[in-house]
Amino acid sequence: MDTSKTGPTPKVRIRNLHKRFGKKVVLEGLDLDLGAGESVVIIGGSGTGKSVLLKCILGLLEPEDGSIQVDGEEVVGLPEAERERVNRKFGMLFQGAALFDSLSVWRNVAFGLIQAKGMRPEQARIIALQKLSQVGLGSEVSELSPAELSGGMKKRVALARAIATEPEIIFFDEPTTGLDPIMGDVINDLIVQCVHTLGATALSITHDMQSARKIAHRIAMLYGGRIIWAGPTNEIAHSGNDYVDQFIHGRAEGPIRMQVRA
Amino acid sequence: MPILAPIGRGVLRFLEIAGRLALFALQGVTHAVRPPFFPREIGKQMVEIGYYSLPVVGMTAIFTGMVLALQSYTGFSRFNAESAIATVVVLSITRELAPVLAGLMVAGRIGAAMAAEIGTMRVTEQIDALVTLSTNPFKYLVAPRLIAGTLMLPCLVLVADVIGVLGGYIIAVYKLGFNPATYIKNTWDFLKTIDLVSGLVKAGVFGFLVSLMGCYHGYNSKGGAQGVGQATTNAVVSASILILAFNYVITALFFGA
Repeated sequence: MDTSKTGPTPKVRIRNLHKRFGKKVVLEGLDLDLGAGESVVIIGGSGTGKSVLLKCILGLLEPEDGSIQVDGEEVVGLPEAERERVNRKFGMLFQGAALFDSLSVWRNVAFGLIQAKGMRPEQARIIALQKLSQVGLGSEVSELSPAELSGGMKKRVALARAIATEPEIIFFDEPTTGLDPIMGDVINDLIVQCVHTLGATALSITHDMQSARKIAHRIAMLYGGRIIWAGPTNEIAHSGNDYVDQFIHGRAEGPIRMQVRA
Repeated sequence: MPILAPIGRGVLRFLEIAGRLALFALQGVTHAVRPPFFPREIGKQMVEIGYYSLPVVGMTAIFTGMVLALQSYTGFSRFNAESAIATVVVLSITRELAPVLAGLMVAGRIGAAMAAEIGTMRVTEQIDALVTLSTNPFKYLVAPRLIAGTLMLPCLVLVADVIGVLGGYIIAVYKLGFNPATYIKNTWDFLKTIDLVSGLVKAGVFGFLVSLMGCYHGYNSKGGAQGVGQATTNAVVSASILILAFNYVITALFFGA
């Protein structure tokens, strides 16, 4: 299966990636390319290793084997300082938003600007308010603490934080999980708009096919530790792959057997 | 030998934990002494550990000083050594009781809070979020707490020394009828610099240990609310045991010869 986009130097190139936890093999020779400016969505059942893949790319987990290149630079096994430099290219929207409880909304959004870019807090606050406005939140929420926000607002703040440093590559981990359908669609629209405005490369993981169809240029399906199908979004309905068909139609019967235990 | 296998596993497990802890401490210290620093975080932790622990440490010190004076009196009066009460109070407080009791109180208050806060950050992916924002969690979370713990516990112990001696003075003078001037003179005359210094060195080490245990158990917590609860318990228990063990080691180093 060709999982790569055309072009000689993809923004992110993953080859033969292996990751296991004890005896449980999660990724087993995964290959994937992300082209510059491309939005790719990875679909797959729970526990198939989608989040593990993102964490491997970000250096939060160390793979046992394989290669991950960002702009042609190998990032597996990078020393700490080099890793921080590479991570400045990334932004990430976490599934549970992962906002810092101890900081106000604007300080959450401005965190990367102040800590990673060394910007003065006053200047960072102005940019944070702009980013909050970009995701549809007014300045009145800027002094609130994350505990005072609803689930949808938290996701918006997390999105504002992910785009605040204008990263080249953005990861979205289950962006619509836990939201009502309308708020889910609002978040999808914001993702499309933000990625388009920044010209960023986006990698999302989701179970939500409506979300995947809306935000992806290309969809890849992860199963058994590998990408078993990848192609343009409009081709997924005719993939000819039984696993993909079962997943996108949400059928209990088919080649995919859900694991009851991890 | 089936009986040896569990012992061997236990020893290996202990060595593994000791190794992990040593590496964690080394990484924490390395980040604590290397820029960039986070002065806002360090200041916040100093206020949390130093200022907000003052009431609990002060209360512990004053009652300990009072009890010490009373107990010494009832014991020493049996062989007419009541004049030694001031010396016993000041030496016991500065060398042992102030650093150990302050350390244990701070372990309960701060070690638990650190483990709970960092543990919650771990299970809610906030620590991962720090990494994606190009911020090293050791530098942002661990180093400020180690610095603040190491610096603030000696300050607390200095205050506890004064309050503890004051507690002894109150009982000796107002309850037991000692002459105030004589009591103060006896306190000063027998107090040596090493008594104070050894107590403050202990406090610095205990402050480091409390912060280290809070950060270590919080940072490595897993499994949601139950994991955070377990981390909190482990942080307090391990910090308390280490405080008592290191108290012996430091006492032996200062006064063992």
